[in-house]
Amino acid sequence: MKLVIIDYGAGNIKSIQFAFKRLGIDAVLSNNIDEIRNADKVIFPGVGEASSAMEMLKKSGLDLVIPTLTQPVLGICLGMQLMCNSSEEGNTKGLGIFNVAIKRFSNEVKVPQMGWNTISNLKSDLFKDVEEREFMYLVHSFYAENCKEAIATTTYETAYATALQKDNFYGTQFHPEKSGIAGEQILKNFLAL
Amino acid sequence: MLTKRIIPCLDIKNGRTVKGVNFVNLIDAGDPVVLAKQYAELGADELVFLDIAATLENRGTTLDMVLKVAEQVNIPFTVGGGISSIEHVDALLKCGADKISINSSAVKRPELVNELSQKFGSQCVVVAIDAKKIDGEWIVHLAGGTISTELNLFDWAKEVEKRGAGEILFTSMNNDGTKAGFANEALAKLSTELNIPIIASGGAGKVQHFIDTFVDGKSDAALAASVFHFGEIPIPDLKKELKENNIPVRL
Repeated sequence: MKLVIIDYGAGNIKSIQFAFKRLGIDAVLSNNIDEIRNADKVIFPGVGEASSAMEMLKKSGLDLVIPTLTQPVLGICLGMQLMCNSSEEGNTKGLGIFNVAIKRFSNEVKVPQMGWNTISNLKSDLFKDVEEREFMYLVHSFYAENCKEAIATTTYETAYATALQKDNFYGTQFHPEKSGIAGEQILKNFLAL
Repeated sequence: MLTKRIIPCLDIKNGRTVKGVNFVNLIDAGDPVVLAKQYAELGADELVFLDIAATLENRGTTLDMVLKVAEQVNIPFTVGGGISSIEHVDALLKCGADKISINSSAVKRPELVNELSQKFGSQCVVVAIDAKKIDGEWIVHLAGGTISTELNLFDWAKEVEKRGAGEILFTSMNNDGTKAGFANEALAKLSTELNIPIIASGGAGKVQHFIDTFVDGKSDAALAASVFHFGEIPIPDLKKELKENNIPVRL
């Protein structure tokens, strides 16, 4: 199993690498297009600001590569958001893999949402052996609206898409690598896809 | 529903836990990794590591500890103590810290909050504020409460929020160490006037104090040290009681 974590300069990828290491998988950090294409599985991480992360992707040409990947790809947090059509954060276009826009929470709630919230309406192999209303760790100010491609929802201000899937592309707003045993199960499920 | 967080705080010196920790069945109570794993298993929602003797010389030791914690612990953690530069934060995040907390360095140079949140995102920037109530006014203090500033707690908190802080860790010097409860009036005011999460710190002594800070103090998270380290309040029992009192927690 060759697992590549896309390293394009956005955010804390060490935690993801360590989480897979705890599952016995040595993930490779890379921004090399051939290496990413040839991987069995790809993680697309991201923490930080959307428009600047998108710029970094463009600089390396990865914005054109990621949507053409055919192996299972998992976007985490900002990674998932960048896989959507657009983001209100820095008013940037996304990779357009998921047909949904990223919006900001209103000031009716505290922003960012920070902490553990539940995931519901689970409908994907990504959630095999994960119970409805399991807790996941989230830190985010922007969210994907509930949509056709939602495979899980979380409620904060509104019920939003906390995980998305289209074909071989998966995305989670929450951090499975920081979500205890239940999060590890999701990473295991991704490896088994 | 977003749950209220319970956060044990571990004081670190030269990569080792210092404040007395009295867990049963621990092989090495001074090993932050062992403790962190134990807390994660007990249901702690996050951890805070405070480097209480941070110097330039021992920075490497702390980074090494952060790396080891990140390798083995599957819940988020924050590192604080002696952080005043972008380079230092970059190194801590690259070692796997999820958030960093700054205190005096933000008071000395408030632009640091802007710089860190722009470079790394607000989500990883916690601003810790120590304040003391003097003649009815909450005054920000530095260096563990020993140095007084001119800053008012609420003004300063609003300023760092504007500058991009993702979260406030408020320690009441009046309550810290008293085990008589959190400074809920000030916490509620912070929580109402700001729109970022507020972590309550200082004063935890019994379960009711946690209930009070979540209800009356409107806190988003509660941090404590000795009541957890000495097993006075076991985290599973605490969370169970919080739940029985209709406070949303992760169980």
